[in-house]
Amino acid sequence: MGELKLMKGNEAVAEAAIRAGADGYFGYPITPQSEIMEYLMTEKPYETTGMVVLQAESEVAAINMVYGGASCGRMVMTSSSSPGISLKMEGISYLAGSELPAVIVNVVRGGPGLGTIQPSQSDYFQATKGGGHGDYRMYVLAPASVQEMSDFVKIGFEMAFKYRNPVMILSDGAIGQMMEKVVLFDPIPRRTPEEIEKQCPWATVGKPESRKRNIITSLLLDSHEQEQHVFKLRDKYERMQKEDVKFEKIQCDDAEYLFVAYGSSARICQKAVDIARAQGIKVGLFRPITLFPFPSVELKKLSSQIKGILSVEMSLGQMIEDIKLAVECRVPVNHFGRTGGVIHSPGEVFEALKSTYLGG
Amino acid sequence: MDIKDIIKPENIVYQKTKLFTEKPLSYCPGCGHGTAHRMLLEVLEEMNIQDKTVGIAPVGCSVLAYEFLDIDMQQAAHGRAPAVATAVKRLMPDKFVFTYQGDGDLAAIGTAETIHACNRGENFTMIFINNGIYGMTGGQMAPTTLPGMRASTCPFGRDTEIMGNPLKITELLAQLPGVYYVTRQAVHTPNAVRKTKKALRNAFEYQKLKKGISFVEIVSNCNSGWKMTPNQSNKWMEDNMFPFYPLGDIKVPQLEKV
Amino acid sequence: MAKVKGAIVVDIEKCKGCSVCIPACNQNVILLAKEVNGKGYQYAYMENPEACTGCVNCAIVCPDGVITVYRTKVEA
Repeated sequence: MGELKLMKGNEAVAEAAIRAGADGYFGYPITPQSEIMEYLMTEKPYETTGMVVLQAESEVAAINMVYGGASCGRMVMTSSSSPGISLKMEGISYLAGSELPAVIVNVVRGGPGLGTIQPSQSDYFQATKGGGHGDYRMYVLAPASVQEMSDFVKIGFEMAFKYRNPVMILSDGAIGQMMEKVVLFDPIPRRTPEEIEKQCPWATVGKPESRKRNIITSLLLDSHEQEQHVFKLRDKYERMQKEDVKFEKIQCDDAEYLFVAYGSSARICQKAVDIARAQGIKVGLFRPITLFPFPSVELKKLSSQIKGILSVEMSLGQMIEDIKLAVECRVPVNHFGRTGGVIHSPGEVFEALKSTYLGG
Repeated sequence: MDIKDIIKPENIVYQKTKLFTEKPLSYCPGCGHGTAHRMLLEVLEEMNIQDKTVGIAPVGCSVLAYEFLDIDMQQAAHGRAPAVATAVKRLMPDKFVFTYQGDGDLAAIGTAETIHACNRGENFTMIFINNGIYGMTGGQMAPTTLPGMRASTCPFGRDTEIMGNPLKITELLAQLPGVYYVTRQAVHTPNAVRKTKKALRNAFEYQKLKKGISFVEIVSNCNSGWKMTPNQSNKWMEDNMFPFYPLGDIKVPQLEKV
Repeated sequence: MAKVKGAIVVDIEKCKGCSVCIPACNQNVILLAKEVNGKGYQYAYMENPEACTGCVNCAIVCPDGVITVYRTKVEA
């Protein structure tokens, strides 16, 4: 078993980056995720593993540093919170278009605009539907604990390189700031330049005579070439759907009603399930862990036994659209959630279930 | 003597460097980009660093630079090349890294990335092509468009009261401690081209020292955008651009010759 | 006394007829052809080949790098 530590979610991300053998982190301060870069600058991995840590002049610069590093086949990442992620969207679109691996952490806060620094889940659309311009998707992981903040950095890099695609860890201010015990995975050594060139023959590391030059670009002026490129991306996204959907089912076997929730909301719903079960109401929790690819197949299977679904999100209701698409109108789907940085309580969630499906 | 007796392989004294790809350049007839590319490639060839060099292409006319240069290259988002190059160089400190950017890319949309990469003293080379206009999008006003100079978004000439002043970004960057070498050159005459090549060689040699940015501005023409013939545009450049953007070294390291 | 003789070969199909090489040549060797290449450009050629010294000035300023320069010494 790995090392057990009490950590903030943000710190766990930083520690996991070092342990995962990341080559570089490029960030810009924004609440509530600044501890990630603070932790890295305190730990100084550039003196131990050789990982580069750099505070950029903006989120825009940071994501483009990630682009540059990823283009060299390096394991690179950045993190930010909602307004900063909006700024990164241009770069994320370029990463997707150029088929580059990278991990981007969004510790979501309430919006729109400058919004609030309190936790929210209102960036679901942005994370799962593209966010930047063009036909693309990110692989999106939604941690619900500090443990998962650590684990998903490692999984995130694995997925990023498996698919040559940007991966987002869609967290929120609550998970980022809370302290929990976490079992840290054993450190993985950084890859050597030779290993990188072997794993990433496409990387721009200097052209030897033995191969053609490598070019990283998302520019395809010929429309038909661009279409073929987008089809190739689509095939990757379909492969993600087949091979790497992740979810968790809690007390779903006999459930008549279902909470569908991710991240912080999933934890709150777990408590609401306990409240409901204590009153004899058969409620389960379905927790998507990958928001893209969305666990539609499993949710559709479950829907045959369910009388109603409550999508519980700290937003006006965004994931609910994916739930509705998944269950294809076989079962009523409604939304409950506080927004703008307000966190719903388990009691509120339970009351919402009752008023929606059990006649108050 | 018959010409056939002169045109023999053993008599070649100048030919296009092998570091160009076979692809014909997409630039307008007479555009300085091609010459700037060629000088860059000749320097890489002479230093024998093709296998250690990574270039960053901008958005602008030279967005397709990677089509012509037979080296590993990345194409950056508009203005972001210095941020991209920052990571490339930091992650691979022993490679040679350069950005190649136009005036809109480097001195308008990418001003922050330019200034901060320079101020951090990143150890790569920046090549800045300044022709005072947005060429690729059809000749709009650039940050470096001269007062009174016409462009499609200042059809009556740049009115500094309304449109602000041209930005001497190169002089500005030269003030920063992270910038090691700054020079301004041109590629419109044989002598100017020779000086540009020397400047580029200096820039890449200085890169080895890891003492900060080496910055080469090349004042160039945009005959299509300026609506002139190539030779007219080169003359116009001498008469109008050079007084405002004077050629020569701006910041030279005080050290033994490299 | 040894005299230097030069010649240039223009990659006609890649020449864009920009004329930048013409004023670069101190010997007034180069002009644009009356004919056009496949792209419709009048291309550079040696109008006065006997004057060429192989100084390479034309090739150095050629934006498209289409000029190859040859030079040899001949006994006068």
